[in-house]
Formats: sequence, C-alpha cells, structure tokens
Amino acid sequence: MDYLLGADSSTQKLVVMVVAILLFVGVMALVLFVAELPKMPRWATVVFFLGPALLLIAFGLVYPAINTVLSSFKSPNLQEWVGTDNYVEVFTNPSMRRVLLNTLLWVLLVPTVSTAIGLVYAVLVDRTRFEKLAKTLVFLPMAISMVGASIIWKFVYDFKPASRPQTGLANQFLVWLGLDTQQFLLNWPWNTLFLIAVMVWIQAGFAMTVLSASIKAIPDDIIEAAKLDGASNFRMFRSVTVPSIRPALVVVLTTVAMATLKVFDIVYSMTGGNFGTSIVANEFYIQTFRTAQRGVGATLAVLLFVMVVPIVVYNVRQMKLSEEQR
Amino acid sequence: MRLESGNAPDIAYVPQPGLIERIANDFPDQITEVGEQAQSNIDEYYNEAWRGYGTVDDTLYGAPLGANAKSFVWYSPAAFEENGYEIPETWDDLMALSDQIVSDHPDVKPWCAGIESGGATGWPATDWVEDVMLRTAGPEAYDQWVEHEIPFDDPQVVEAVDTVGEILRNPDYVNGGLGEVQSIATTPFGEAGLPILDGSCYLHRQASFYQANWPEDVTVAEDGDVFAFFLPGQSAEDRPVLGAGEFTVALADRPEVAALQAYLTSPEWSNEKAKVSGPGWVSANSELDPANLESPIDQLAYELLTDEDATFRFDASDLMPAAVGAGTFWTEMTDWIASGKDTQEALSAIESSWPAE
Repeated sequence: MDYLLGADSSTQKLVVMVVAILLFVGVMALVLFVAELPKMPRWATVVFFLGPALLLIAFGLVYPAINTVLSSFKSPNLQEWVGTDNYVEVFTNPSMRRVLLNTLLWVLLVPTVSTAIGLVYAVLVDRTRFEKLAKTLVFLPMAISMVGASIIWKFVYDFKPASRPQTGLANQFLVWLGLDTQQFLLNWPWNTLFLIAVMVWIQAGFAMTVLSASIKAIPDDIIEAAKLDGASNFRMFRSVTVPSIRPALVVVLTTVAMATLKVFDIVYSMTGGNFGTSIVANEFYIQTFRTAQRGVGATLAVLLFVMVVPIVVYNVRQMKLSEEQR
Repeated sequence: MRLESGNAPDIAYVPQPGLIERIANDFPDQITEVGEQAQSNIDEYYNEAWRGYGTVDDTLYGAPLGANAKSFVWYSPAAFEENGYEIPETWDDLMALSDQIVSDHPDVKPWCAGIESGGATGWPATDWVEDVMLRTAGPEAYDQWVEHEIPFDDPQVVEAVDTVGEILRNPDYVNGGLGEVQSIATTPFGEAGLPILDGSCYLHRQASFYQANWPEDVTVAEDGDVFAFFLPGQSAEDRPVLGAGEFTVALADRPEVAALQAYLTSPEWSNEKAKVSGPGWVSANSELDPANLESPIDQLAYELLTDEDATFRFDASDLMPAAVGAGTFWTEMTDWIASGKDTQEALSAIESSWPAE
C-alpha cells in the first residue's frame, strides 16, 4: 500500500495512474452489472445511478453554499457570529454601494448592448459574400482569454501626455485629431463604461454566432410570404426575424448576463477595482483574500448568488418553453 | 492560503509582520517559536528592531530573512553635475532643490511618481507617507500610529500627509514627463522613474529594489547613469530609515525545521545568498560582507540597514491589519491623488475601517 500512496518517481506515479483507471473501470462495471440484474428492485437501480451524482453535488456545491451563507453572518476571521452586520456594511458603506451600482450598470449594459450589436451584425452580414470572414472577425475575441483581452485593452487606453510619444491606441487617435489625451480609466462613471466596452467586445461575437444560426433556421416559406406581401426590410426585421428568433434572443441575453455578473478578470487586471470601478465579483476577492474580511467577502458571494439565481431560473424556463413549442 | 486549507508547509516565507500575527492568532497550534540557535543568531547579527517585528505577544515567531531599504530618492548624477546641484542633506534642502529645478527648468517638473500596481495600487503612496511620517512626527509617534494608539487621522498624520502633498499634489513639482498630478494614480510604479533618463524629471522617491526597473543598458552607480540618495531627515543628524523584509515562520515543530530556520539567519547563508542572487538582494545581517553585494545601491542600502545611528522602522502598511494596510490605506491614498480627496476626509475614512479590537 505504501508503494502506491507515497509515489515519488515517475514510474510509480504512472503505476498509480493505471491502478486508478482500473479501479474506476472495475467500479463502473460493477455498478452497471448490479443495476442491470433482473431481480433488482427499482429503488436500488435509482440509487445506483443517481447516488454518485447527488453525493458529488452535495459535497461540491450544496455544502460550500451553506457554509458561505453561514460565513456571511460571521466576523472577519469567521470565529464569531455578528448577525447581519456584514449585510448592513455592504448596503451602507459608500464605496460598497458604488460596487453594487457598478454591478447593476454592467448587468444592464453588457447583455443589451452586446446582443443588439450581435443581432444587427448577424442580420447585416447574413447571406453576403463576406459572411464567413466577417463573422470570424467578430467571433475572434471569444477565443482570447479574458485576462489577455484586458491587457490588450489596458494598452489601448494607456495614457501619456499629449506632448510625448503615445503607447495607447485610443489616445493616439485623439492626438491625430489634434485633441488632448484623456485618462480613460480614471474618472467615474466613464471608466466603468470603458471597462464595459471590453466585455461587449468579447460577448458580441457569442451573441452574433448564436443569433446568426437561428436566423438561418427561419423557414424560407415565412420569408417568401412576407416578401410577397410587400414587407420592407425593416418591417421584415421587426415582424419576422425578431419574433422567430425570440427564444434564442432570451438565451443569449440571459447567458451573457450570467457571464457578466461573474466577471472578475477585466476589472482585476485593468484597474484592480480602483478609481471606483470595482464590481461584486472583484470586491469579493479583495475582501476575502487581500484584506482578510472573510465575513464581508462571503456576504458579497451570497449577494452574487442571489442575483444570478433569478436569471438562471428564467433561462431554464425559457428553454423548457421553447422545447415544448417544438 | 495553504494554512487555511489545512495543507501547511513546514516553513513559510512571510513578507509582512502583520501576517505573522494573523497566523499566530488563527493557527496557534501550528506556528512554532523560533528555535534557540536561530534566536541567538538574531540577537548577535541583527538590529534589535528586527526581533520586535518578528514577535507576537512576547514570543518570537518570525526570523528575519531578506531586507530592503525604502528611504531613497533616485536621480541622475550626470544631470546633477551639469546643473551644479548638490545632494540635499535636510528636508528643507530637498524642497529648496525642487524649487531650484522649477526655476532653472520651467519646461520640466522636478519630481516623477507612479503608484499603479494592479491589485496593489497605492502602495508607493503609502510608502511616501510612512517615510515622511518618520521625519515630521518621529519614530515614537510612528510606532503609536502603527499600533493604533493614536487614531489614523491624528493631527500628526494629517501633517505628514499634507507634507507629502506639498510634493505629490503640487502641479509645479509633478509629474515630470508623465502628465498632471492625476497621472500619478495611473502610472505603473515600475515606469514612474524612467523620465529621469531623458531629463524630463529629476527626482523619484522609491526603494532600493527599483534598480531592477531600469533598462538593461542603464548603469546604477554613483558615477553611472542613475543612483539614489538617502531621503533626508529634518536635520543632517536625523536619519530615519524605512524598510521592509521577509521573515521565516516555522509551522512544524521538528528539529530539522528549526535547523533550517537557524541556518537562514546565519551570516554564512546571507553571504552565499548575496553571491548567487546578484543585484537586488540584501539582508540586514550585520556580518554580511558588503563586498558580496554586486550593486552599489545594495551596498548603500546595506549600510543604511546596519547603520547604528540610523533609526530603522518597518513599513507601516505591512504592520497594520490587512483591512487597513492592504486595503483602505492603499485605496484612500489612491483617491487622495486621483480625485484630490481632502486629507482629513481620506484619513478619517481609513480610521473608520480599522477593525475593532
């Protein structure tokens, strides 16, 4: 047993790996074999198939969730109960309220703007000659990691006095136009809007791809009927395209909203949450790991959870509805 | 982090005394007192201030490892010689020199600064305040401030911050080659001193470790392209040194762990480490041979750290509770520069965030 548990060399580790795989195959075979036995009662079959998944959810999701909720009522080092102090702090401290306001701005603006851009773009390039190339270009940001995108944009927004050589693309444009250079990331609320632009840049590609696919799925007979009735292009868009892809629109909006609520990378790597740009996910990290206020950190995590839940519920219900329609 | 997850290493390198205290309070069963051999090494080779910073409630838990000195002003020796500028000996000389530069060179600013550092933005500004606090209020008041025996918005602290403001918030003095006062908040600290090289700035206050931020073809020496002088005190005799360093903390009570910790406090280790690490590594071990320090600025830092007449104090933000030292102190000083927040208002906001005892 020691040989397996204290593996040091590469060979030992490889042996451990093979043993683990064999164990897994063996257990699975046993489970499947037992579950398929003709005389097994129904409940046993259910336990065999659902049990492992339920156990994993209980330990990996439910337990930490309950623990976090409890922590949100405790002191910074989680040793004492403090009642609702942390919640009072989050809702009354001016800088915390700014965090909540920013999060609201993000979750309102990112899904709507990126879906709108994605939709218009998808309609415009639909069935044109450059469709593939144009779509690839917009989709590319999706392939870059969030931190990568943030660093690129941090350079774009970089500030140097107008009299000196510029490193930031945005300020270089201003210089070419004969204007003074700007501190894009310094003044609220503009700095938050410039950060939101980065997320829109990333998410518009996702919205465009999904919407484009569902536009292509609109049956040709509807489009032809509308054309025969003499519908203008705008009328077509408003009365045929948008209603036909409504389920896809809802899915895109809610998916982007969930991604936005959880966004951390952009704020962390571009401003570190300074200059009033922090949002809940970033503040949660700062409070928990940097300033050791674990109670407040847990409170922010709970708030984040509370905000995501309605969107998830709505998303799932819409998916069910659209499945029933089919 | 590994402690919190129950998977502690045997020995940890801790860069902040505040963290030693947190570990001592939260994990009293695991943290282990420094062993006898290491204790006698510390008494023999280190300034007594170091013992104090590694101690929590009369028990020594942290043994000093590396160190750095922060009370430096970087400058270009060539530019000083060209203009006939002397290295200032007192704070008043420093301010007079700044005015001199303003009147000699109306197109440039004497000082350049930058406090952007990603998630840790603001720390260079807190270093400024600490350095000046040591000078305007003195080491005793500094200790009271760190221990929270005087409030964070005490008049002495307000005075120190306003003195910093005479430089960092003075549009005539900053921000050489980098923009307006506000640009201090968005300039990465690593780039902030570089305007010295092209003459668009003359002075940059930053620690000895800033030597790593100069481009490769820049020589750091008294007769080279850039060098640093000691940030002067109120008088030439007043020599307070702000510094920082790492400690080792043993988290397992075994003889081999104690032996390793003892070795890390020995002169032998410091000398070997200095030889292999190259520029940028200094310890406060009095038996470290300066000849083993490759770079002149390291030698200067070492001299200050072991100078009997100098008053050594540890970086206050590393000693304060994390909610202040790695939280509001950074963010409020950033606001103080970025949005011109009132000094009293910023300091009161920090005071109200100090965790209840």
